[in-house]
This record gives sequence, structure tokens and C-alpha cells, in this order.
Amino acid sequence: MLRSLLRERWIAVVVLLLAANAAILLLSIMIGEFPIPAAEAWKSVFGLGDPAYHFVVNELRFPRSLVAFLVGCGLALSGAILQGLTRNPLAAPGVVGINGGAAAFAVTAIVVFPAMPIAWLPFTAFAGALAAAALTYVLAWRRGSSPMRMLLVGIGIAASTSAYITFWVTSRDIQSVKQAMLWLMGSTYGRTWEHFWPLLPWLLVLYPASLAMARRLDVLKLGDELAIGLGSAVERSRGLLLLICVSLSGAAVAMAGTIGFVGLMGPHIARQLVGESSARLLTVSALAGGLIVMSADLLGRAIAPPIEVPAGIITAAIGAPYLIYLLYRNRKPAK
Amino acid sequence: MNIRLTGILLGILLVFAGLAASIAFGKSMIAMGTVFDAFTSYDGSREHLIVRTVRVPRALMAMMVGACLGAAGSVLQAVTRNPLAGPEMLGSSNGAALLLVISMFLFGYTSSMLHIWAALIGAGLASLAVFMLGSLGGGMTSIKLILAGATVNLLLGSLVQGILIFSEQSLDEMRFWLAGSLTGGSLAMFVKVLPFMLAGLAGALVMSKQINLLSLGDEVAQNLGLKVGFYKAMALLAIMCLMGGAVAIAGPIGFVGLAVPHLARFLVGVDYRWIIPYAAVLGAGLLLLADICARFILPDQEISAGVVTALVGAPFLIYLAQRKGE
Repeated sequence: MLRSLLRERWIAVVVLLLAANAAILLLSIMIGEFPIPAAEAWKSVFGLGDPAYHFVVNELRFPRSLVAFLVGCGLALSGAILQGLTRNPLAAPGVVGINGGAAAFAVTAIVVFPAMPIAWLPFTAFAGALAAAALTYVLAWRRGSSPMRMLLVGIGIAASTSAYITFWVTSRDIQSVKQAMLWLMGSTYGRTWEHFWPLLPWLLVLYPASLAMARRLDVLKLGDELAIGLGSAVERSRGLLLLICVSLSGAAVAMAGTIGFVGLMGPHIARQLVGESSARLLTVSALAGGLIVMSADLLGRAIAPPIEVPAGIITAAIGAPYLIYLLYRNRKPAK
Repeated sequence: MNIRLTGILLGILLVFAGLAASIAFGKSMIAMGTVFDAFTSYDGSREHLIVRTVRVPRALMAMMVGACLGAAGSVLQAVTRNPLAGPEMLGSSNGAALLLVISMFLFGYTSSMLHIWAALIGAGLASLAVFMLGSLGGGMTSIKLILAGATVNLLLGSLVQGILIFSEQSLDEMRFWLAGSLTGGSLAMFVKVLPFMLAGLAGALVMSKQINLLSLGDEVAQNLGLKVGFYKAMALLAIMCLMGGAVAIAGPIGFVGLAVPHLARFLVGVDYRWIIPYAAVLGAGLLLLADICARFILPDQEISAGVVTALVGAPFLIYLAQRKGE
């Protein structure tokens, strides 16, 4: 009886989140400098509406919101995996230097090689994320990997990358610095189908892959010793999961810059809703992350037109109260 | 004479040598005689002007900021019993920076007392938030504290960037300060901050005996008759003054507060009554050195002192992290 109830609750949560995502998507298409009525918005998406709306809907708002959704999914999934791997609720791709590596490479590209075509930027950022993660893994390896050492070394890498970025930010002319800062804040401004299609396969492949690994993640959460005792190939599972995690956040950051705190908030919200079991946690995290970034994007556009506030600023601004809420809720030692 | 006492006197002498070097070396080399003349018989020449308005204030600022960072770092490492704790790791630098940036954004780039209070309060609040976040779910473990610090740092950092992005002018003016730089630090601000920095240093030195007990752990300290809560609050207050003051002048200079206490511990052992004064002296010396290096590393431009300290400090942090995870 209880089992079936839990199952229903989980499914209900997923359905609700899907509905919320669809609603925000619709609102994102409707709201803007050029408002579009709801009925027309739907029709345009399927190519049936008034041709006057076609460009705004299908070339600007719809792809942009979809990119925001995918980016949010990627970041939150990656955060959920990382929190499970490190058994620490505060781990997030932004904290341990994965985003930092992407940012360091991207800033180098923007500030030092301004001639580089903008289309290469995602690849550069992705390479940076991979490089930072590989460096963390290698430096933290001492006769085996340890989640705690990886976290600490990752924080060290993050601090190094931010010092490196600071160096370029202070030594170049203000225009390119401003461009770099905008990228660093994370925004889905001007993202279109060009960004959506390359991003989609990553999620289509890696989300099922992470679900397939969910059981192993559950076992790893019990601790290394217990996991080994249960017959899990700890190092291999951890390596694979880490690779999935880095690829997801690398791809997301490559498309939209370093949008912060989604990888932290998404999994936390999911944990509140459906508990610790990885398969559910991953699915709900992804949906929650997509919802956060899409809402942040919408809010950033709607808050003070014609200025567009980058989505990254909105998520950081939401992240602050959320952290305080975490503090408040856990003010008494748990258990 | 006590060997540790000799050491610290030697250190102070070295700091004075660093001060002299910082005044004399730079794009235009200035002879020591001219430096003295600038004060005894000021004649308004270009060199005298450089000495009086640029070099001397800058050297004094480097010395004081370095001392503050070193002292704050050692107090933090004692109280948290965590070798990875540094003021910049636990949010206080960025906290001070955020409130200062907000205050400057709202009230303009003056050296008003308001900004200093903003920096002090920011440093205090951020440290407090990290402590609380780090002790979530019972017990402040080392890894939780460091992660909480990194998270809060990321948050504060992106909020600072978020504010700066709206105004190109403030970005242009603030970016050097945000990199942790001693160029262009205003003397007016320095004079106003100095009492806080001195108070913080004095507080840390006076409390060094109690801080030493705190470094043994809460229970031991309590059993030895220490008012643990009170002295922790006082330690936080000292860190607030030290870090708020340092950041108000020079921006968030990284890694000094983290690395210097380790150096001090290497020299004098685990006794915080000695570590704190040593860390202050070493911090002053190192930042003077970093500031001098910053003038010479790249021939055609000056990089900020914060970048120099990061160059050395970041690998050291990773090394510490590797050791800590054993």
C-alpha cells in the first residue's frame, strides 16, 4: 500500500514538473517586448499561426527557452550526480572547478584571441571543463580516488582558475573584459536552434546513461567500503559517473556560460520532493533544473525591459536566499 | 635570549628592509638618500613627489594589509582547527567586497566611513554564514566548512559580477581593486581604516592565549575553563576588523591568509601565541615582496599583487588539499 502510494507520488511530481515546464515555456513565448497571445503562441510553435508571429516565436523565443531548459537539465543532473558521488550536499559543478575550467578557457578565447570565431567558443569551454576535471582527478589520485580529496582539490582548481581569470580581466581593454564578464555571468541571450541541436544529443545520450548508472550511484552513496563489500567496482563506477557529470555540465556551460547554483538547487529541490533514490532523484532534478533556468531567463527578460538581466544573475540572486533557507531549515542537527 | 623572540625581531627588521625596497624600487629607481630627503628637506621635485604621494603610502598599505591577512588567517585556522581555512576560503574577503561594491555603487566612489563599515559588516556576515552553513546537520567537519566557504564565495563572487555588469564605469574602476591591488589605494581610506586594522591586530595578539586553547577543540578548551562562545565571538570580531580593513584598501587579495600561517607553523610549531605574531610579520613581508614583484614580472605593464600571490598560493592550496584528503 505504502509502496504504491510512494510510486504515485513520484509520478505525480514528474507530471506536475512537466506541466510547470510547459507553462513556463508558453509564458516565455508569450511575454516580451512584442507580446503574443497564448493561442497564437501554440499555433506558431506548430507552424500554423499567423506568419507575423513566426519569426519572433520560432527563431527567437522558442529555441532560446528550449536551450535554457536543456542547460538547466544538464547542470542539475550533473549536480545530482556529483552530490551523490561525493556524498556531500554542497557539491556542485560550479564549486569544484568544472565550470571554472570552462570559464578559464572561454575567457582566454574571448580576451586573448578575439579573432576566434564565436562558434568555436562552446568547444573551447567544453575542453576547459574536461581539462579541469581531468586535472582534479589526476591530482586527487593517490592509490585510488577519494571523493573528499577530489572535492578539496577541485576547490583548489576552482580558486586557481578564478585567479587566472582575474589576471586577464585586469590586463585587457574594458570592452573585451565586459564581453567576458557577460559570458561568465551565464545567459541564454541570442541562443537559437544552432545551440539547441548540438546540445540535445548530449542530454539524449547522457540522461539515459545516468539512469542506467543510478543503481551504482545508490551503492556508491553508501560509502566506499560498503560498496566494495557489495561487489561494486568502485573506481570504475566512479570514473564513469564522473565522466557523465563533467560532460553534462561541460556541454551546458559551453552553450550558456557559467549559470551558477542550478547544480546546487535543482537536486536539493528534487530531494525534498522524491527522496534519495537515484533514479527518481536524477529525473526530478533534471526537470527542476530546467524549470529554474527557464524561469530565470523569463524573469531576466521581463523584470526591467529593455534591459536583459542575465539568467546567471537571477539564479545567483535566488541562490542566496535558498542557501539561507537551507541554513534555517537545518538549524538543528539532523538526527 | 629566546630564539623565537630573536626570530620575530629579525622578521621585523626584514619587513623594514622590504618597506625600504618597496619605496626605492619601481619604474623609476630612487636612491635611499633621496627618500630621506623627501621627508627632511622636501623640495617638490618629481622624485620627492613620487616618494611622498605614491611609494610610501603604497608600501605602508602593503605592510598593513599583509599583516592583517596573516593574522586573520592564523586566527581562523586556530578557531576552525582546519589547515585549509583561510579568510579568502571562508568567504570574508568576498563578503567585504560585495557590500563595499554595493555601497560604492549606491553612494559613489568616495572614501567615506560608510564604505568601511560596509566592508567590515560584509566580512563578518559572510564568515558567520559560512560557519553556520558548515555546521549544518550537526558538527562542523573540515570538508563541510571548506565546501560551505567555496559555495558562499561563488555566490558572493557572482553577485559582485552581477552588479558590476550593469555599469561599465564601475567595472572599469573596480576591476583592479577586485583583483587585489595596491595601486591607487587611497591614502584617505587608509588613514580611516588603520584604527580598525590595528584594533584587530591588537585583539588577535591579546587573545592569542585563548585562541591557542580554542585550537585544542571546544571540549578541551571548555574543560580548561575558557568561555568558548565568548572567545569565538571575539575572534570573529577580530577577523571582521582585519579582513574588512584589508579588503577596503586592497581588495580581496587571495592565498596570503591561507599560506602564511602554515609558514609560521613551520617556523615556530603549533603554539598560536607565537604563530599569530609570526604570521602577521611574515604576511607583511610577503605582501611587500609580492607587490614589488608585481612591478617587474611583466615589463610593459603592472600586474596586481593579488595575481602574484595567486601564482604562488594556488599550487600551495592544491598541495594542501591533496595532503588533507589522505
